[in-house]
Formats: sequence, structure tokens, C-alpha cells
Amino acid sequence: MKMDARPHVLAAERLTVQVGRREVCRELDFTLQAGDTLVILGRNGAGKTTLLHTLAGLRDAARGAVLLSGQPYAGWPRGHEACLRGLLAQSQPDFFSATVLETALVGRHPYLGRWDWEGPDDEAIALAALTQMGLESFATRQVPTLSGGERQRLAIATLLVQQPRLYLLDEPLAHLDLHHQVAVLDHFRGLAASGAGVVMVLHDINLTARYASHVLLLNGEGGHVIGPAAEVLTTGRLSAAFGHPLRAIADGEHTLFVPV
Amino acid sequence: MAQEQAASCNTGMLSLRRRAAAVLAGLVLAALAAFVWSLSAGALPVSFDDLLTALSGTEGGMEADIIRSLRLPRAVAAFACGGLLALAGALMQVLLRNPLADPYVLGISGGAAVGALGAILAGAVAGWIDAGAFIGALGATLLVFGLAHGDGSWTQTRLLLTGVIVAAGCGAAVALMLSLAPEGRVKGMLFWLMGDASGATRPWPALALLAVGLAAALPFARELNLLTRGEVTARALGVRVGRLRGLVYGLGSLLTAVAVTTVGSVGFIGLIVPHLVRLAIGNDQRLLLPAATLAGGVLLCAADTAARTAVAPIQLPVGVLTALIGVPVFLFLLARHPR
Repeated sequence: MKMDARPHVLAAERLTVQVGRREVCRELDFTLQAGDTLVILGRNGAGKTTLLHTLAGLRDAARGAVLLSGQPYAGWPRGHEACLRGLLAQSQPDFFSATVLETALVGRHPYLGRWDWEGPDDEAIALAALTQMGLESFATRQVPTLSGGERQRLAIATLLVQQPRLYLLDEPLAHLDLHHQVAVLDHFRGLAASGAGVVMVLHDINLTARYASHVLLLNGEGGHVIGPAAEVLTTGRLSAAFGHPLRAIADGEHTLFVPV
Repeated sequence: MAQEQAASCNTGMLSLRRRAAAVLAGLVLAALAAFVWSLSAGALPVSFDDLLTALSGTEGGMEADIIRSLRLPRAVAAFACGGLLALAGALMQVLLRNPLADPYVLGISGGAAVGALGAILAGAVAGWIDAGAFIGALGATLLVFGLAHGDGSWTQTRLLLTGVIVAAGCGAAVALMLSLAPEGRVKGMLFWLMGDASGATRPWPALALLAVGLAAALPFARELNLLTRGEVTARALGVRVGRLRGLVYGLGSLLTAVAVTTVGSVGFIGLIVPHLVRLAIGNDQRLLLPAATLAGGVLLCAADTAARTAVAPIQLPVGVLTALIGVPVFLFLLARHPR
């Protein structure tokens, strides 16, 4: 990625990630700057979630380094990293019932001391995030009564409440209808425009082409291609990575990729 | 519109906290009432005024003697152990992310039973039976932890299955000891197994541990809330999940071991009390843990008083009474909340 004056949000330096003995990516180098949106693409089991968790500092890399705002995770005071980067997990288990507002308030945890309770300011932040995800009228509902898409929007709202600089999203569009898919991606585009960094795992190539500034394509065997979206998203590379032939259809303004 | 929404929600959260404060205050009053009932009821009924005199004064008299040396230790033991079991149950339910977990699910009561019955079988007296129960409980805890933790993984299913298997093994050992025991010792063994507070003459360690345990758990209550939202989310929000789980496991086991040592394996308190409290005030551990502790204490103290007065002069084992209350209440809850 090109060098400019924008601050570095996240960087990988010769990063090798392994699951057991299998390599997810080998010698990955990139720098994510404020305003960038990096989309990770790859087939099932390619290791996208594992890589995302490594970038989130939840998992050790086999080799190489991950730098959050210029420092390795170990260099940040304990707990402070949660104010800088947020992770949307792939699944949101709810073994116990809680209200929507209580769940969203969980995102304030990194900002509260051990004995603090959430105050009116925290509630205002949580309600604003619920409103952004169209859940303002659900605040007092119990989470188990929500639909799958509503729970996903609640998980995103909880992440927004955390207010990090770096958003790591594992399949943020799961369970969402078309309208909410676009609304969620628009929202993160807006956050990137105001100085955040976004890394997300997606499965929709056409939405990737529309929203990504950069794309990381994993081939599932440790190999990868990374670069500006327009350079990485070609029928040849995508067909090879997904093991399925694709065709590009252009109307002069957009290019659409369709499976053959 | 958004403003109104915010205002109504603020009051919603506030009223929830007010309700929780009211529940806690109500539980403190209930605890006092349970103690008064427990100290005054029995073969020798005592009036409230006489009760105060007996507790405050040091002068002798049979009434004061009965209250101070028989009823008070027993009431304190029942309250403390009810609280210990309810707190341990609430912690285990979060640790195993399973609302159906109870403090015994990891084989602690089985281990304690093997230790205690082994001591009774060997002809030990009260102090050594307690020691046997405590050693057995901790032994089972370490065994389950060691087996489930063997490969460094920490999955709930593995922990649960290991606990269930160890408990089954302990059950077989208990059955073996019961069948080998001489006639005269079987009744004592059965009473121990069913849970019985009548022999609890040294309740103060249990009460002290209850206070210490609650004080140790409360600083981590919000992190426990996060743990219920899934491990990845909790870690991403800065919770040291491994350390927290170790703490909860160790604390829950210790609380349960002391409760089982003091009153035997009283069932259902650790399972249903956290559930009842959760239904009443929600699942915020900052309120749930103290409320469940108080409610467990009240319930066992009252149940023990009922057990020794209901069909006096016969004393029922309190564990039978809690199970008789617990089974229908639990089935009712389960039917209402299929999750």
C-alpha cells in the first residue's frame, strides 16, 4: 500500500499464521492507514477468522509481528488495546438472557474501572449506537426474542459502543437482509472516512468491489495476494482462489463478478 | 423522538437498579426473619424478647444455653452454607456457560461423600469426618481439573463430561461403602449423604469464607458478565479469560467444599437459587452474586428450621426438604423457560 502522512492503524510485518502445521498466510506484509478498508477474501477453511483473531491480538503468530497503532499488542498497557481495536466475532452466543441495552453497554467495559457502573453518558453512547443500527425501539427487549439479523445488528451496535480506531469484522453481513447489508457497509465506510481503519472478512465479491479500498485474497495454502481492490479483484485471481470459474460483466461504471 | 426514547430507557435502567436494590434490602430483612424463626422455633419455643436477652446476655439458664450453643451455630451453618452453595452455583453456571450447572456438577459432592463415608466407615469422629469430606472434595476438584485440562484446552463440554464421569465413579464408591458398612453406621452415612446441619457445631469458618468469597468474586462481576457473551467477545474487550476462569473454578470449588464439609451435600440450592434470582432481577452478576448469596442463605436457614420442627421430635435431613421444594420449582422454571 502506498505511503502517505495518514497515521498507521494496523500493520503486519512478515506475518506467518499457522493452524497446527498448516499455514494460513506466509510472510504477510501490509500497513493499514486511517481511512483504509481491507477486505479479506478466501474459500471456507482458508483461515480468515484465524488471521483476523491474530490481527486482533487474541492469538499468537507463528512468525512475524502485528503492530496496533505502531506498537505490538504486548507493548500496550493491559486493557488499553480494547480501547483501540474492536472485534466483531463470528457468532454471538447467548446462554443467558439479557436486554438489548444491557448487551450494547458491554462495549463500554474497556472504559470503566473495576468498581464503576455504566453512567448516563455510557447509556447515551449505547442508545446512539442502537439507533444507528435501527434497534432504538428494541432497547428493553430480551436478546433471545430477537431474530438472527437483529442479533447481528446488536452485535455490531455493541462494537460501535466500544468506539475503537480499528474495526475487525468477521462476516459482518451474516444474517442481514439486503438493505441492512448496504446500511452496515455504508456505516463503516463513514467511520473509515472519519479516520478509522476497517478490516473485514466478506463472502460477497461484488460488495467487496464496491466498499474495499484494499483486498487480501487467501488461497488456502499459505499463499496470498494483497493490494488495492481494483488490482486484486480480477477474474483470474478470484477463480483460482475460490476454485470456481468467474466471469466479469462491466456496464462502464461497475464491474460485476458472477460465477459461471 | 430520540430524546424521549433515551429518557424512557434511562428510567428503565434506573428502575431496574432500584428494583435490584429493593430486592437486596428485602433479602436482608428475610435473612433477619429467618434467623429469628430459626432461633425461636423448636421443642422449646422462645419469645422474641427472651431471644434478645439470651443473645445479648451471658447469664446461663437452659433457654439461653439452647439458643447459644445449639440453635445459633446451626442457624449460622445453614445460612452460611446456603449462601456458599448459591454463590458457587451462580459462578459455576457462568464458568460452564450452562444455566443447568450446579456446584456439584464437577464431582465435588461425590468426592466429599467418598471422603466423609470413608471416614465414618473407619470409625472416625466428627472432626475427622469433616476433614475427610474436605479432602475428598478438593481431591475430586483437582482430579477433574487435571483430567479436563490435560491437553491445555478449556472447553466447557470436556470439563462437564469429566465432572460427570468422576461423580459417577464416586457414586459407585459410595454405594460400595454403604453395602460394606456395619449396620450401626449406615444411618449416619445416609444422613450425611442427604445433607444435615444438626452436627454443625463450628459454623464460623463457613460464614467467614462466605464473606471472603463474595468479596473476592464481586470485583470480577462485570468481567463475568462479559464471559456470558462468549469467550472471543470477552477477550476482545480486554478480559483475561484464562485467569478469570481459573479464579472462578478455584473459588467455586473451595466454597462448595466448605459447604459440603459443614452440612453434607444439600441439593438444589446451588441450582435453583441463582435461577430464581435471575428471573427476579436479571443476569447482571454485580447484583446476581450478592442477591443469590443472601437468598441461598435464607432458603437453607428456613428449610433447616422446617426440617427440625415440621415433624418434631423426628428431625428430617434438610437435603431431603430442599430437594422436595427444589424439584417442583425447578421443573416449573424449566417449563416456563425452555431455553
